[in-house]
Amino acid sequence: MQKQQRLAETIIHGVFLLLGLVTVGCVLLITVYLVLSGIPAIRQIGLVDFLLGDTWESTAAEPSFGILPFILTSVYGTAGAILFGVPVGFLAAVYLAKLAPPRVKAVVESAVSLLAGIPSVVYGLVGMLVLVPGIRRLFHVPDGASLLSAIVVLAIMILPSIIKVSVTALEAVPSEYEDASLALGATSIETYFRVSAPAAKSGIAAAVVLGVGRAIGEAMAVMMVSGNVPNMPSLFQSVRFLTTAVASEMAYSSGLQRQALFSIALVLYLFILLINAALNFFLKRDKER
Amino acid sequence: MNSIITAKDLCLWYGSAQALKNIDIDIPEQSITAFIGPSGCGKSTFLKTLNRMNDLVPGVKITGRVRYGKQDVYAPGLDVNLLRKEIGMVFQKPNPFPMSIYDNVAYGPRTHGVKGKAKLDDIVERSLRDAAIWDEVKDRLKKNALGLSGGQQQRLCIARALAVGPKVLLMDEPTSALDPISTSKIEELAMGLKEKYTIIIVTHNMQQAVRISDYTAFFLLGELIEFGGTERLFSQPERRETEDYITGRFG
Repeated sequence: MQKQQRLAETIIHGVFLLLGLVTVGCVLLITVYLVLSGIPAIRQIGLVDFLLGDTWESTAAEPSFGILPFILTSVYGTAGAILFGVPVGFLAAVYLAKLAPPRVKAVVESAVSLLAGIPSVVYGLVGMLVLVPGIRRLFHVPDGASLLSAIVVLAIMILPSIIKVSVTALEAVPSEYEDASLALGATSIETYFRVSAPAAKSGIAAAVVLGVGRAIGEAMAVMMVSGNVPNMPSLFQSVRFLTTAVASEMAYSSGLQRQALFSIALVLYLFILLINAALNFFLKRDKER
Repeated sequence: MNSIITAKDLCLWYGSAQALKNIDIDIPEQSITAFIGPSGCGKSTFLKTLNRMNDLVPGVKITGRVRYGKQDVYAPGLDVNLLRKEIGMVFQKPNPFPMSIYDNVAYGPRTHGVKGKAKLDDIVERSLRDAAIWDEVKDRLKKNALGLSGGQQQRLCIARALAVGPKVLLMDEPTSALDPISTSKIEELAMGLKEKYTIIIVTHNMQQAVRISDYTAFFLLGELIEFGGTERLFSQPERRETEDYITGRFG
């Protein structure tokens, strides 16, 4: 009887281990595949020409494969989304965590969850139909499909992660800190900004990094509102992101062009790794305190 | 002796449960008054009505009157933040902010608009000296306050409370989380501070009340049973309940 039990334990243990390893296996597989298929084109084009070349003409008679426009667009687009999204998300989080009456909080939090669940193609669609014409009219530019449109859409898309993670961090601040501040004669608003928010700063930093990850990895919505032309980034011009560069040409690519797309994916992957490392750093620091 | 805080017919409810019943008390200034009584007797609750920290508890209802000097503490137009500047508080668990020692002490003055490094430096040093912790921390003012020991943290919290220039210091079981040596340091500190401040201390430790306080108030089940000079109250209690409690028959 005992022997049977022990055998069952061992088998179950093995099954769980196997299931856990599936995830690790997938990550490894993707990494190896991306590196293997991304390297050849970089070798052929040259690392400097590939990363720092400012023209992408993959289908020209004499093709050139410079992805600097994509890299900069992704960086600027993400930075812009953070610039708009973080203040709004942070203030919303302070309101939800500290100020909102319970009923308002419940309504707003479910709205935020819903916002997180909206498929990115819907963001793209609404952006295309509302935002792009709006920007064209507002700024009197020939085409509203631009970096600015993409930034606005991304800023909205990263709000849910920033709000949710920040709220969790702010709610975890011990009330003793807030009591101490109030007992010194500080107002509640002062207390939230000068005591609660600094005490939650690791968590809020993690929220921002999560937002960065979401913004840099987004493809569908930005493809629909950014015009998808490989220009060097400029606020009112059509641009192409790292993600959309891969997505828009993959279907008809061949030869070196196809290999170069894999290399772009590899660059994107390295960005994501970097962001994940940053996230782990902040979360770990939070735990240590 | 002049009284600095007066309560008249003060009642307090948490929802429908009455926690304080018709409290009448005159607390003399520049002295130490101890509130004693068994757990749940209302002594901490009463302490927190004095600087209106109970306002933060949802569902609290208060009737009656509390006066601080000539001010009605519960008057509608009263500036609670100014009141709390005058009536400081030290909590049961040491609760320094997760920032530097200097910033902890400077937090209050900055809140009340004190600017300029020289001025702040001066306040920080004076407060830390008054709280008898200056010598231990003067070389690491920029270090995080959470690196201090529990007893040091509590003295830092006292320094932080002193930095805004209060007249009254409320202490809610300030030594119950500390070891005996830290406790005696805080007690000595409190006895020194009554030269300049009025101290009201809640304690579950009767020896502590005897050691440091000039006046003692005994609470039971939300009522103030007896209030008087500490020596008299412990040697010749007027009420049966007081005698039972201080002789250890319950509580």
